[in-house]
Amino acid sequence: MELASEVIAWFVDPVNWQGIDGIPNRVWEHVQMTAFSTAAAALLSIPLGVWLAHRRIGGVVVVAIVNIGRAIPSFAIVAISLPISIRLGLGLGFWPTLLALLFLAVPPMFANAYAGIAGVDPALVEAARGMGLKERQVMTGIELPVALPIVLAGVRIATVQVIATATLGALVAWGGLGRYIIDGFSTQNMAEVFAGGLLVALLAVVAELLFSALEKRATPVGIQYDEPIGIPK
Amino acid sequence: MIVLDAVTKRFPGTPDPAVDSLSLTIHEGEIVVLVGPSGCGKTTTLKMINRLVEPSDGTITVAGRNILDVPSHELRRGIGYVIQQIGLFPHRTIAANIATVPTLLGWSAQVIDDRVEELAELVDLDPSMLRRYPSELSGGQRQRVGVARALAADPPVLLMDEPFGAVDPIVRARLQEELLVLQATLHKTIVLVTHDIDEAILLGDRVAILNIGGHLEQYDEPAEILRDPSNRFVADFLGSDRGIKRLSLISISDIDLDRGPVVGPEASTEEAVTVMNGYSVDWAAIVDGDQLIGWFSTEDLNGVGSVADLEPRAFVTTLDITDSLKEALDSVVSTHTSVAAVLDGDRYLGMVTTDTISEEIVQ
Repeated sequence: MELASEVIAWFVDPVNWQGIDGIPNRVWEHVQMTAFSTAAAALLSIPLGVWLAHRRIGGVVVVAIVNIGRAIPSFAIVAISLPISIRLGLGLGFWPTLLALLFLAVPPMFANAYAGIAGVDPALVEAARGMGLKERQVMTGIELPVALPIVLAGVRIATVQVIATATLGALVAWGGLGRYIIDGFSTQNMAEVFAGGLLVALLAVVAELLFSALEKRATPVGIQYDEPIGIPK
Repeated sequence: MIVLDAVTKRFPGTPDPAVDSLSLTIHEGEIVVLVGPSGCGKTTTLKMINRLVEPSDGTITVAGRNILDVPSHELRRGIGYVIQQIGLFPHRTIAANIATVPTLLGWSAQVIDDRVEELAELVDLDPSMLRRYPSELSGGQRQRVGVARALAADPPVLLMDEPFGAVDPIVRARLQEELLVLQATLHKTIVLVTHDIDEAILLGDRVAILNIGGHLEQYDEPAEILRDPSNRFVADFLGSDRGIKRLSLISISDIDLDRGPVVGPEASTEEAVTVMNGYSVDWAAIVDGDQLIGWFSTEDLNGVGSVADLEPRAFVTTLDITDSLKEALDSVVSTHTSVAAVLDGDRYLGMVTTDTISEEIVQ
């Protein structure tokens, strides 16, 4: 109970709402980092995944390779990206964090993009080709809209993971909400650690809700999915 | 006209070609049905015509043009395509689905709208369906949309791959009938693939029976194939009820009808007996001019002076001149007297008996 009142006290302390280490700035940093890394990962993975799946190149092999990325602990990725970033002259803080989050965000987005497109009813594609749609038209006009909810689910899953994992950026001298957790831990300020965790969780929940709503909006009328969309098997 | 000349398709990794040097000519305005067991290459053959499968060898010309000289997407926009799974685009309305090819061809919105409505009427689809999505339609309705979509840009050629394979038998029968009605006004060149010999016989102006490896065993009008199958394979594929199948292709109007044991309404008992004896039957029909009144049996004549005095019995089943001999057989075997009266409207034409029918089969 003591911790709870300390956490509340931390939240109402005006000091924690001002300056670089204030909540608004840290949340903003966190949101920026999440936006950058997921957007970059989306640009890297979704067009490639859609195209490979449309051409039926790779199949399980490609998805398996990408999935290996999921098995590597994010902590290790941060640790690995630090020397890479330094060697590339990108320094500490922002870049190694972005690099690590990129690694994290690519697999779910790629896997969903690939599986979504590959899972489109072959009859649709055959009918589309048979009527004279060009390959690009088949891809963008039929496959992508039909698979869009699945593709967007990949973005949602990746974003939530990135929000949670971006806290590790504090380990390599970047800001964001991870600062509260790392700094609080090193100064034995459990209220700050807890508050930081709470903020991250809150942000993740908000992102989840936002993207779920977006998915619903983007699901073409006429397509109904009976089950909530997750990570394809 | 579609001409296949020594067309061969080899798929990588298989030793035997799927289609081996197949030559086939499909005339303008006719329905040609490719039929055969699975693995006979009928679907492969069909898909080579719109280049969904590229031929390994040989040439295919559509309306005099080698299909390989045309970019595949252009070729396909000029050929209607209907598949068993239909493949309606679930994210587009029925109207947008039907408008697929006209949209690709860059027609104006107004022309497309008019055309879509025209097609909905043509395939007997309620216009209120046009704003709906495919998932809201029944199987039969979807199939109609599939046909409308294939016809949208009025292509001269229509390829249909097991178009009615996924609907229940009642809907299938209706759709088959509708296709024939449609074709009677549209005169498209239609190539249709099925594994169902009855469908082939019903729909085909000509039927190509294919064997494994795309070997053409017989290519002729269905009645001719049924009458004279060219070999054992064809005969087996047609089935043991070949004779009965053939009956469905012969209309009553194609055969000579016997007037049967017929008397006038004023005929005397003696006259009636003479007529019955002449046909070796114990009944006769009463016909007034060309109006069929009814019939009576020998027993009905007991104690009456003439035919005019008796109470005629009604014919339970009558046939129309346009009915097939298969329908005639069905009527004949379901009556005690093994006979059915044939009418043209309400004009009496004659009688069909089991003998009439078996004579046709034996011919």
